[in-house]
Amino acid sequence: MTLDAALAIGETVTLGRHTFEADEIKAFASKYDPQRFHVDEEAAKASVFGRLCASGWHTAAMWMKHTVASFPATAERARARGATLTFGPAAGLRELKWLKPVYVGDTITFTRTAESHRALVSKPGWRLLSSRCEAHNQNGEPVMRFVSLTLVKAE
Amino acid sequence: MTDTKIAYEDFEVGGTIEFGPRAVLAEEMIDFATQYDPQPMHLDQAAGEASLLGGLAASGLFTASIFMRMMCDGYLLNSTSQGSPGLDYVNFRRPLMAGDTVRGRTTVLSKRESASRPGLGFVSVKHELFNQNDELVCEMANTGMFLMRDGGAAA
Repeated sequence: MTLDAALAIGETVTLGRHTFEADEIKAFASKYDPQRFHVDEEAAKASVFGRLCASGWHTAAMWMKHTVASFPATAERARARGATLTFGPAAGLRELKWLKPVYVGDTITFTRTAESHRALVSKPGWRLLSSRCEAHNQNGEPVMRFVSLTLVKAE
Repeated sequence: MTDTKIAYEDFEVGGTIEFGPRAVLAEEMIDFATQYDPQPMHLDQAAGEASLLGGLAASGLFTASIFMRMMCDGYLLNSTSQGSPGLDYVNFRRPLMAGDTVRGRTTVLSKRESASRPGLGFVSVKHELFNQNDELVCEMANTGMFLMRDGGAAA
């Protein structure tokens, strides 16, 4: 077993897709990001975005949902390569970019590509995994991109 | 109305904005995790205690999301904000635990007027979230877009 293989370094995984509806956009935003262009169709028309669009944190949260849903498949692939994976908490995000608005009715496809990993001196046995995370709309346009830093154990 | 809003001109380099406090309840953390990040350490006390987080701890995206809400209530909703294209970094420095009470601080790092859009300016800031023991829980940095007073009157 190599760690690179166990962690699927360089492999892009399509995590799933989600169509953003007005109700959930407004429900998320009313709790966490009640700026007018995320909660009110009429006000959104007058805003720089022109139409109701999702909070960037909502898009990020949906990426996370699909990532967690993919954990069993990720673990199974690692097992087939001779390793047992344990998923730990997130350490941070880097270069988070909301490239285009996610509008009502947009269908977003989420991907993750593991890029590199290193041992964590402070937490023996754990590694810090760096992954490129992306979301594209139904026209193939990138809407969100970031690097996630997550703790993981591969044994 | 417009003059009472915080506009580009009101941000001073080196200046800070304090916001909060906000109590964080186990049920809202679990509610978020159930929808977006259903890992056992974010859902269950015993699983949290057995994890690196040492107790029932929030999803990093929940921490980011309530941080966003606190900024909205603290000043963004009462500003000429035109949103943000992303963040340079987000660091989860220590877990946000059920029952914590957090407060936030935004520090202005730099600002500049848009060369291409008259009436618009970019404000680069660092945000910090502290728990009730004044320990840093989360930090992030971004560049937000704000209208100037005159630009705001036109919008």
